[in-house]
Amino acid sequence: MAVSKSWQGITREQRQGLVTGLLFISPWVLGFLAFRIYPFIMSFYYSLTFYPVLETPRFIGLKNYYNLFQDPRFLTSLYNTAYYALLAVPLGTITGILLAMLLNMKVRGLSFFRTIYYLPSITPVVATAIVWLWMFNPRNGVVNFVLSLVGIRGPGWLGSPEWSKPALIFMSLWGVGGAVVIYLASLQDVPRELIEAAQLDGAGTTAQIWHITLPMISPVILFNVITGLIGAVQYFTEVHVMTGGSGSPADSTLMMSIYLWQSAFRFFKMGYASAQAWVLFIIIVFFTAILFKVSGRLVYYGGK
Amino acid sequence: MSVAQQTAATSGRTVPRHKRPLQITLAIVVVGALKYGTLILLSGFFILPWVWMISTSLKNPQELVVWPPIWIPHPIRWDNYIAAFQQAAFSQYLGNTLVVTVPSVIGAVASNALAAYGFARVRWPGREIVFAIVLATMILPGFVTFIPLYVLFRKINWVNTYLPLIVPTFLGSPFFIFLLRQFLMGLPVEISDAARVDGASEFGIFTRIVLPLARPALAVVALFQFIGSWNDYFGPLIYLNDKALYTISLGIANMQSSYGFSNFAWIMAATCMSVVPIIVLFFFAQRTFIEGIALTGLKG
Repeated sequence: MAVSKSWQGITREQRQGLVTGLLFISPWVLGFLAFRIYPFIMSFYYSLTFYPVLETPRFIGLKNYYNLFQDPRFLTSLYNTAYYALLAVPLGTITGILLAMLLNMKVRGLSFFRTIYYLPSITPVVATAIVWLWMFNPRNGVVNFVLSLVGIRGPGWLGSPEWSKPALIFMSLWGVGGAVVIYLASLQDVPRELIEAAQLDGAGTTAQIWHITLPMISPVILFNVITGLIGAVQYFTEVHVMTGGSGSPADSTLMMSIYLWQSAFRFFKMGYASAQAWVLFIIIVFFTAILFKVSGRLVYYGGK
Repeated sequence: MSVAQQTAATSGRTVPRHKRPLQITLAIVVVGALKYGTLILLSGFFILPWVWMISTSLKNPQELVVWPPIWIPHPIRWDNYIAAFQQAAFSQYLGNTLVVTVPSVIGAVASNALAAYGFARVRWPGREIVFAIVLATMILPGFVTFIPLYVLFRKINWVNTYLPLIVPTFLGSPFFIFLLRQFLMGLPVEISDAARVDGASEFGIFTRIVLPLARPALAVVALFQFIGSWNDYFGPLIYLNDKALYTISLGIANMQSSYGFSNFAWIMAATCMSVVPIIVLFFFAQRTFIEGIALTGLKG
């Protein structure tokens, strides 16, 4: 086969491949330009403007960002989001791994338990929010009823500024099943020989978990922690449904996403909302980068 | 601890011979009791909200506010389900949701299959770099892009239509491209080469040879997109103003905020009905779900 050099040092075969390849990915290219790159750039531009929704944006430099950090409600939303993410993500990760390990112990009725644990994670979030809203009802809800069985007088949960975020974190554990199924699949992939070899060497259960199981599934843990964090920073629907978009009581569930939505669709300040969006974006990029950096030493990619 | 003992016992070194059988049985019983005890207790946590949801949906208004809570309503008020249809245009929400969901599923399967094929089975210069861009866009949060998109869709009069919810699904999603590419790369190269020798076009190979083989992976995409569209709240919330256009999630949330606790039983009945299709789908496609999770390529 004669290789004919023709166009910018690319062979004819390569050029043909390029045309075919680009044709196949063209829907994605269009989506990338229209729904990702364009709004990504525009939102940065809007964040530098004064933009009440019905007028044209007017450039004001970094004023929105400056105002944001003077805005007590924004600082509250930062705090609430950090509170939620820093507790819900680690708690969900640990619970997910423990549950998956439990299910990986040659359990009878595995598919039954797996189904029970998994279903909540695919349930419509609105349904979840409405059911838990009723479960958390301090006067006649199930949560305080169960607590009363063990002699605890339950708090006001979603009606109380101190207990509303813990309530949301507790509720988030109900959706942990998606992660459980992923962890379980990766646990089942840990080569049996490795564990048997460790057992022959006299390694106890704890040593096996620390030195074999966890390192082998560490890439999956990293992936789940990152996606979990990105999700937690954008935590929105539950709060929006349960508080009617207000972030009540006393702004104690005012998440960054909720305040962002309020700025855009209640107060119609598109520029201000865009600045919030960019702070949110920078937070996500920052923490993702940190996670990759820190995990460099902890994550084991030597597996197949 | 007891697992360690059991391990030591089976390796047969540390534990004296005459003690072994008793220790093994004891260890097995203790571990088994702990294991199943925990599993069942946790199942309670996961099941309780379902029971509460069904029970609440069948109560009369007085039973809603009783302490201690009533689990089995008497009489069972099936008419709450009828009320959900009569009072709240539930059937309209259901129809609207299908109008959004069905095209979205078609769009997601078609566009992502094409793109994944371009990344997995066509060789072209720059492919790896472009694919890296696809992956990078996965961490681009929806909250960063939605304001300019809203402004754009408003300019072209798409607000208050289903187009902002449907059209993007026809233009690829990084997660689905990643998932399908993973699957397509696993198919042997020879099948395409053989067809090429026979003079088949690339598009012919895609539709007639690769797509049929990729059916399990396409089913995963269809399933995940269905659930995504069915459960979506944020999209309908910002793009749909007219109540006649509301989807199920938005409709129920709206019932909740406008009727609050006064008619909670039939709101719960509507909530139950919104979940049923997802549960049914899960039981019919259980294997596809589990395969899909393996397919996300999270294993290495």
